[in-house]
Amino acid sequence: MKYFPLIWSNLKRKKVRTSLTILSVLVAFVLFGFLSSIKQALTGGVQMAGADRLVVRHKVSIIQLLPESYKARMERIPGVVIATHQTWFGGVYQDPKNFFMQCPVIPEEFLDISPEIILPPDQRKAWVNTRTGAIVGRKTAEKFHWKIGDKIPIQSSIWSQANGSHTWEFDLVGIFDGKEKGTDTTPLFFRYDFFDEGRGGGSYGKGMVGWYTIKIKDPSKAAEVALLVDKEFENSDAETKTEPEGAFVQAWASQIGNIALMVGAILGAVFFTILLVAGNTMSQAVRERAGELGVLKAIGFTNAQVVAFVLVESCLLSLLGGGLGLGLAWLVISRGDPTGGLLPFFFFPVRDVLIGVGLALALGLATGIFPALQTLRLRVADALRRM
Amino acid sequence: MSEIAKDNGALVRVDRVEKVFHRGSEDINVLADLSLQVPVREFLALMGPSGSGKSTLLNLIGGLDRPTRGTVSVGADRIDELSDQQLAHWRARHVGFVFQLYNLMPVLNAEKNVELPLLLTHLSKSERRKHVETALAVVGLSHRAKHYPRTLSGGEQQRVGIARAIVTDPTLLLCDEPTGDLDRKAGDEILDLLQALNREHGKTIIMVTHDPHASARAARTVYLNKGQLSSKPEL
Repeated sequence: MKYFPLIWSNLKRKKVRTSLTILSVLVAFVLFGFLSSIKQALTGGVQMAGADRLVVRHKVSIIQLLPESYKARMERIPGVVIATHQTWFGGVYQDPKNFFMQCPVIPEEFLDISPEIILPPDQRKAWVNTRTGAIVGRKTAEKFHWKIGDKIPIQSSIWSQANGSHTWEFDLVGIFDGKEKGTDTTPLFFRYDFFDEGRGGGSYGKGMVGWYTIKIKDPSKAAEVALLVDKEFENSDAETKTEPEGAFVQAWASQIGNIALMVGAILGAVFFTILLVAGNTMSQAVRERAGELGVLKAIGFTNAQVVAFVLVESCLLSLLGGGLGLGLAWLVISRGDPTGGLLPFFFFPVRDVLIGVGLALALGLATGIFPALQTLRLRVADALRRM
Repeated sequence: MSEIAKDNGALVRVDRVEKVFHRGSEDINVLADLSLQVPVREFLALMGPSGSGKSTLLNLIGGLDRPTRGTVSVGADRIDELSDQQLAHWRARHVGFVFQLYNLMPVLNAEKNVELPLLLTHLSKSERRKHVETALAVVGLSHRAKHYPRTLSGGEQQRVGIARAIVTDPTLLLCDEPTGDLDRKAGDEILDLLQALNREHGKTIIMVTHDPHASARAARTVYLNKGQLSSKPEL
């Protein structure tokens, strides 16, 4: 600590240059924060996926429907505890930009199979007893200032009622929270029986569902159970593709592309540039101070101490920029999903914040190491002449 | 072999030293078979024309460079045999350097500059502060402790440099043209100060200078020319 004033004074020596370098590091780390959050948003569902859950969808594509009658057949397959279904509703609230996920489900089965959803018992009971009842995640409820008892009109782009209307009205009977921070609390779930009846006679998709989620007894036998499920519906009109929930979510996210690769490539380019910028700053700073470093050595500072000064200075520069950048990113990201519902898992994971701090430290070491090694080659007698 | 020696009680003993610098394929002999002894508490002036090897000799005595051949001892230490790290520790304990261009840290104020060598000791913050106050008082700059080098005159900066050199109470003060960048008045003040440090505080001082006026303040003057020492200037 007694050396800190010396190191800090050196950082303040060229205020404009130091500020610009810190600013460039800051921008890189803000970008890091946002890209990490976007990656989290697009792949977060994979991490939250249950190991004991499989998703069964139509073999051709997710938008092809499956018969509701598959449920009973699935539940007869050895290893399957329960099979329940969901269907993509594709609705908006009042305005097309107010988009969030809605699905018709069988309430009790859905809640039993989804332990990550926390719903108070009285609200659960109300949902089971209310045919038009719906529950919604806390985030969406807060966004639209909904409260229990409200009637919520949702316009579906896919499903019309028997009277031709695309607007479905639900009674809000519950607001759920997530068990973990990463749990998506944007969707609205309503009762499948109300939905299926509402679709009316002869309506598109009646008796059909989007996909099934099945709970299995033994997660280690997931592959075997998946094979059995697909075999059950082989050569039928609606063949299935069964996969772990994580893989299903991953496949969903991968429609955009290889997100990890894209994020990695952008961050790689950004940090390489910053490495050059900050490295150049440090090299220049050390060159300019060769004489002073020579004085330090002359009065008894060892090579190791001088190397440490340069490294600490460079790490300090990087940690300042990185810390400010991560802090700024945290502030902005904590305001929530900037897309208004398209990225329900949009948050800055603590794990990524810690990675960011590590990255800032690594950046500091990487940018400081070569200038620091320059000081080893510095002959005191030569350096003193450079003052 | 040239020898300016005093046998007993020598603090500095330079024995048959050669220093060769290599520039490309060319070898430049800066010091040749040079011996010198400096007794404890002596104020020695080292004079000679530019390129005569004065600063090189000072660097060898101060452990900033190593001889090509020969030995350099200060007190009981054979400093030509010490490793870089041992030399650094040795310098911190035993030598104070005063440079022609003061070589102060521009980002630190006077007291922080003076405190620098004390950072290498185990002294507490308050102990360091006391030492710094004493050193600044000795050079008469207590009132300028918070001033940065850019706000001090050349003479004042050199006083800060001297305070930095004496703050650890070293055995030996090595001064490389300490008045070379100062006007006569300021130079005289610095020489007064060095004389006082020698006479009143018992510091052994070796001062490189071009200036006969400065060398006249020393107890003894030796002349270096073409790598050889003599007690008289070469005509």
